[in-house]
Amino acid sequence: MATIFIPAPLQDLTGGLAEVELEAVSLGEVIARLEARFPGIKDRLCDDDQLSPALQASINHVMTRQMRAEVGPDSEVHFLPAIGGG
Amino acid sequence: MSNVIVQPSSTRPRKYNVIGTRPVRHDGVDKVTGKAIYAADLSLPNMAQGAYLRSPHAHARIISIDTSQAEAMPGVLAVATSADLPDPWDKTEELGEGCINYAHLSGNVLARKKALYRGHAVAAVAATDIHTAQQAARQIKVEYEVLPAVTWVLDAMEEDAPLLHDNLFTQTLGEKPTKPSNIGQHIHFEQGDIEQGFAEADVVIEREYRTETVHQGYIEPHASVALWNEDGRLKIWTATQGSFTVRQQLAELLKIPVSKITVVPCEIGGGFGGKIAVYEPPVAAVLSRKCGRPVKLAMRRDEVFEGTGPTPGSFMRVKMGATKEGRLTAAKAWLAYDAGAFPGGMIGPGSMCVFSCYDIPNATVDGYDVVLNKPKTQAYRAPGATQAALATETVIDEIAVELGIDPVDFRLQNAAKEGTRRVDGPTYPRIGLVETLQALKESEHWNSPLEGPNRGRGVACGFWFNAGLKSSAAANVNDDGTVTLVEGSPDIGGTRTSLAMQLAETLGIAAEEVHPQVVDTDSVGYTDVTGGSRVTFSTGLAAHKAALDIQDQMIKRAAELWECQPDDIQVDAGTYGYNDHKQTFKELAVELSSTGEAIVGRAAVNPQGSTNAFSANIVDVEVDPETGKVKILRFTTAQDAGKAIHPSYVEGQMQGGSVQGIGWALNEEYFYDDRGAMKNASFLDYRMPTSYDVPMIETIIVEVPNPDHPFGVRGVGEVSIVPPPAAITNAIHQATGLRMHHLPISPPRLHQAIAERNGQ
Repeated sequence: MATIFIPAPLQDLTGGLAEVELEAVSLGEVIARLEARFPGIKDRLCDDDQLSPALQASINHVMTRQMRAEVGPDSEVHFLPAIGGG
Repeated sequence: MSNVIVQPSSTRPRKYNVIGTRPVRHDGVDKVTGKAIYAADLSLPNMAQGAYLRSPHAHARIISIDTSQAEAMPGVLAVATSADLPDPWDKTEELGEGCINYAHLSGNVLARKKALYRGHAVAAVAATDIHTAQQAARQIKVEYEVLPAVTWVLDAMEEDAPLLHDNLFTQTLGEKPTKPSNIGQHIHFEQGDIEQGFAEADVVIEREYRTETVHQGYIEPHASVALWNEDGRLKIWTATQGSFTVRQQLAELLKIPVSKITVVPCEIGGGFGGKIAVYEPPVAAVLSRKCGRPVKLAMRRDEVFEGTGPTPGSFMRVKMGATKEGRLTAAKAWLAYDAGAFPGGMIGPGSMCVFSCYDIPNATVDGYDVVLNKPKTQAYRAPGATQAALATETVIDEIAVELGIDPVDFRLQNAAKEGTRRVDGPTYPRIGLVETLQALKESEHWNSPLEGPNRGRGVACGFWFNAGLKSSAAANVNDDGTVTLVEGSPDIGGTRTSLAMQLAETLGIAAEEVHPQVVDTDSVGYTDVTGGSRVTFSTGLAAHKAALDIQDQMIKRAAELWECQPDDIQVDAGTYGYNDHKQTFKELAVELSSTGEAIVGRAAVNPQGSTNAFSANIVDVEVDPETGKVKILRFTTAQDAGKAIHPSYVEGQMQGGSVQGIGWALNEEYFYDDRGAMKNASFLDYRMPTSYDVPMIETIIVEVPNPDHPFGVRGVGEVSIVPPPAAITNAIHQATGLRMHHLPISPPRLHQAIAERNGQ
């Protein structure tokens, strides 16, 4: 199962859980499953059905904002601030 | 002085023919002979000249704008205000290098209801000549209601601070706020048990820091020429780090399809992150549409300082703890970065980078993005990381001194490595911080004594992510066996050549046999910005794949020629062979050109991983106690480049970033008066280091190959700016005994600190 790291400000919705294991094949499915288990979490992570522009996800070191991004059974998923560079 | 390449024994270097050599840059002759074309050089038939009117107030409501007097002047062709821009979308979009909110961008391009900083563009004029345009701009009558301004980040966070935007609610992953404020975003990271971590520490140091607003200082002011044709097509020649990003921004701001816009990236005289967001292109476009002529809009230097995006000023509080054996146990950071007039500053990467050099089991970070009455901040070389490193690296130094541990050894003992989990969550893949610090420790500089009064030596290290993102390339094999490489990454730091070298290495030809061309948005596939240290990595990957495509086609065509199967053909260092047939790439290309269709290689890539760059410095300084002036005696920078494609360009990036970091450390700052007006908006008064201020920067290129690139490339363009201010601050401490907490450590500031210490 994939391991989802819950950012500290969202842990009020997960009862203090910092990590959640779940089965999902995409980032979109990760968020949908989190929402099913912890109602309200999608609203904090997304604008409409897309990841909030202020955020990006890290899936096994790969940064992405694509909801279709692949998540594997051993994936680590983090939600991070979006960054730019010079 | 020395430039050294270190290939650690932990890596297995490959042998290359082109990569690692130092060919003459392809654009060198044009640049040294003054023939390279920059946007301000362009002159089109019937071209009008544009000029801005800018707000004299740092914060003011715009009651009315009367352009009639300006429009009536002879020679005036058009006047533009925000009323000429479509109502903006309240839409935030990822542009490949951070996000842009189009409502904010539109309001920054030409002020709407309020002027939010002094120098904020309010209107623009196109006229038959620049003098008429400037004179007409002064004839535009703007009625302002002047409002209280705020220019310091902590003041802007106060409950009773003047509110810039009445619809700005703090973006947070926690509960949404119900009241607007100047805080655009709050970021919070936690790892481990922070209280337990500090309880385990034998030494705990907590310090507060302040840094001032600093500009990228690119030598070329922003400039664009716009031609809006009667058929509705818009063509822009501009100085930009990302032609496709400009196209996207123009499409959104002007509400026209991207297919109607062509952006031609001219040669660029520096950017460092400051030429990604648009300023003058949409304004020149609107003026061109209104007057039916091409319009050039070029900024003066004072407009660049006051009207474009510098890097944030900041306030930081960092606390770190370690055991007496020298193991870090806990770290806590509270960071507030100013975003300028609109939200979306550099607090995200600042928060992610603040402890990223170290393996710290227990940590928390709170970061705040704060709007205030200064220009909207933009990226500047490793944006947000340099400020954060100042705080962390000087606290690290203080702990090392307190524990009596060598500062390089202390860093090595706690350095992040493969598997280290950063405070923001992800673990590192293979990285080269340990090797970089080791190279520094083994350097001649570190092992040479520093003697004499008022002298000190400091060290520091730094981290930056680097990006992948989208790049495209096409390569055409010419009749004479040379190859034209067509790509879309504006060349700021010699990337034409570093891309050509990767293509040449793959094909087994010389770099000089490749002719790289940076082309417009109609002539190459989508390519993200030149930023995030990504071009040699990502567009290089596209060039490599385009070469493999060519090689594949050459093999198939040679198989037809030699009547064999493609699998029978051997390719070795650019020589194609089968039985008695043996031809070099060039020989085969010449032959194939007369026997069939052209050979064109293509590639589009979108690598998503970060290339994780680390840099470390040693600096020797001498302080004049009478004046507070700091002289840099010797400076060495070590950096993990993964694989240096063209070592001279890598050294150039390391040296350039170091010199900019020296500027941050010792001199550069925006001086504001109490009404929010910048008082030093010229290169005479905004003091950047020159060749008279710095010694030759010694470089140590460390090569720990990036496993996600065929040649091991890591981004090298940004991280070199991160450690210098901290290293210099640590050196000043050794020279004077003073811990300085406010950048820049300019002569007046250091002189005052020395005088206070001496009881004067």
